Amino acid sequence: MTDAAPAIRAPIAGRSLTHLAFDRLIRNRASLASIVVLLAISALYIFGPAVAPHSYDQVFESYVRTPPSLDPYPRADTLKQVMTDVALHARVTLQDFTVDGQTFRATFTSPTPIDPRVTRYVDRTDEFDASRVTGAAADGLSIAVEGVVHREYFPMGTDGNGRDLFSRIMIGGRISLTVGILATLVSLVIGVAYGAVSGFVGGPTDNVLMRIVEILYSLPFVFLVIVLVVFFGRNFILIFVAIGAIEWLDMARIVRGQTLSLKRREFVAAAEAMGLDTWSLIRRHIIPNTIGPVIVFVTILVPRVILLESFLSFLGLGVQEPLTSLGALIAEGASNMQAAPWLLIFPSIFFVTTLFALNFLGDGLRDAFDPRDR
Amino acid sequence: MLRFVLRRLLSAVPTIFIVVSLSFFLIRFAPGGPFNVERALPPQIMANLMRAYRLDQPLATQYLNYLWNVLHLDFGPSYIYRDFSVTELIGQSLPYSLTLGTFALLIAVVGGVAVGVAAALRQNGPVDYALMSVATVGLTVPNFVVGPVLSLIFAVMLHWASAGGWGQGGPRDLVLPIIALALPQLAIFARLTRGSMIEALRADHVRTARAYGLPPRIVIVVHALRGALLPVVTYLAPAAAAVLTGSVVIETIFSIPGVGRYFVTGALNRDYTLVMGTVVLIAVFIIVFNLIVDLLYAAVDPRVRYD
Repeated sequence: MTDAAPAIRAPIAGRSLTHLAFDRLIRNRASLASIVVLLAISALYIFGPAVAPHSYDQVFESYVRTPPSLDPYPRADTLKQVMTDVALHARVTLQDFTVDGQTFRATFTSPTPIDPRVTRYVDRTDEFDASRVTGAAADGLSIAVEGVVHREYFPMGTDGNGRDLFSRIMIGGRISLTVGILATLVSLVIGVAYGAVSGFVGGPTDNVLMRIVEILYSLPFVFLVIVLVVFFGRNFILIFVAIGAIEWLDMARIVRGQTLSLKRREFVAAAEAMGLDTWSLIRRHIIPNTIGPVIVFVTILVPRVILLESFLSFLGLGVQEPLTSLGALIAEGASNMQAAPWLLIFPSIFFVTTLFALNFLGDGLRDAFDPRDR
Repeated sequence: MLRFVLRRLLSAVPTIFIVVSLSFFLIRFAPGGPFNVERALPPQIMANLMRAYRLDQPLATQYLNYLWNVLHLDFGPSYIYRDFSVTELIGQSLPYSLTLGTFALLIAVVGGVAVGVAAALRQNGPVDYALMSVATVGLTVPNFVVGPVLSLIFAVMLHWASAGGWGQGGPRDLVLPIIALALPQLAIFARLTRGSMIEALRADHVRTARAYGLPPRIVIVVHALRGALLPVVTYLAPAAAAVLTGSVVIETIFSIPGVGRYFVTGALNRDYTLVMGTVVLIAVFIIVFNLIVDLLYAAVDPRVRYD
């Protein structure tokens, strides 16, 4: 007789549909890459501006339209000219100027005694900082000034106002993503409510509601959004409410289709028999079960909304200066194409990458949730 | 067939009506009227202006006047371009937009179908993947990115085409705006055609045609393509709408004096009547085009006619 008791097996964990869909999603390499890229870009947009050395609206007057470079600005060959200009502003003459690593030494002379506060003129420039008087002649006609060369890095160059493009791209991305997500949420709320009610109530109400959707569908909504923004000003909230109000139509149709098939299921009949009222039925049984296609549509909707918002910004109808969005940055780059092509190239790269990643993710989600649709 | 046409016409009327009414009420209720944009006017002058533009009559009368005028294609005076009426402005700029749009749509349809058929015939081969990847790029990248980038490469760097303006309307001036306008729609048509062509090539009647020994070109063009073109015809209407929307941006980028650019300058300068006139025109155009495409579709596919 064996005394080995039968091994008690741990209960086999069930795998829900969502789990299966998630596995399929991860296995699709394009989707996986898209998720990684999206997370990286989102992290950059969300946390980047906080850790960036420059603010997006910080103006560097000396560095207007400087090309992108991994070497720090200022360039060594410009320093002497800058110091000469400082002397000109301060109404003194530059006698002598040397740069040694990060420190500079300059000697100013003047026919009249020099006020030691002339260092303020030096500090006012973007190139020099922390200047102090290290020596003065007895008659005050010449002073020696020493200070630090202030280094700035502009990995993507600066724009026409002397603002760092990288910081502006990060802020622009943040605004674009925010508007994208918020407008999609607006679409979601309106569309899901509309579609669920229309599909569940059915009958003539459904007919009327869907006729309204059809009529609205044939209007050139983009133009109406532009009209709204023109007439009522460039309000940040108005922009994403207006964009959300265009895109809910498809969402309503999808949810209505799902609702029509859901409402014949037994659990709905059971809930109704237990006395649940219509609105609670819709809220607690119908809507949670439409989440699948809704999520897929949301990932298609977000890039569309971002595109629409960038379209508005490109035309000059988006967020107000100095805030910017990727569309506005691209518009600025387009107008400066010949003199400063980097102003077009870098925002375009970020924009297109974000859109691509979102699109591939949407495709992957669609395949994951509905594999027979391949 | 006649009943179908009548039914579609009837359903287009309320839509046009809604657009026209919406435009009227938006103009009337916009904050900041047409006359006190720059500085406040003394009350007598205001009263005179209101009477001259018939803005002092009751709203219902104004509404009926507006509807009557719109039927006669009179959208009122432009608020910014003071000497011109909106109809004149739109009339001036419409030919340019129409030329651009027609060429763009033609290139999109012909090019898209050609690319789609080529990809479908070499399904899952390297040519197929290459063509469909390019199509995806054309779909995803918006036209306000494609336009300047094309301009940068071909006009600024290579000097092969001119960077903007209508010029003499020759090919060198128009090639970049037309391509920028056509590219996204070409990509969509290519994907559509490829999908439906792949299905059509498996159909029974194509197999029969091949079994008869007909030359491959006849089989593809006459038998397979005819069925595969149905989604293309369906998409013609949204494509035209997209070309119209895209023309707003493209005309701004390439400085083409078309309706789209007037729309943008009107929008930026708060020229309400110009903006609303353009919107009504575009809405009517889209609705009419939808109608024509629906009729075309019913003519091509008999199953649709008798629903």
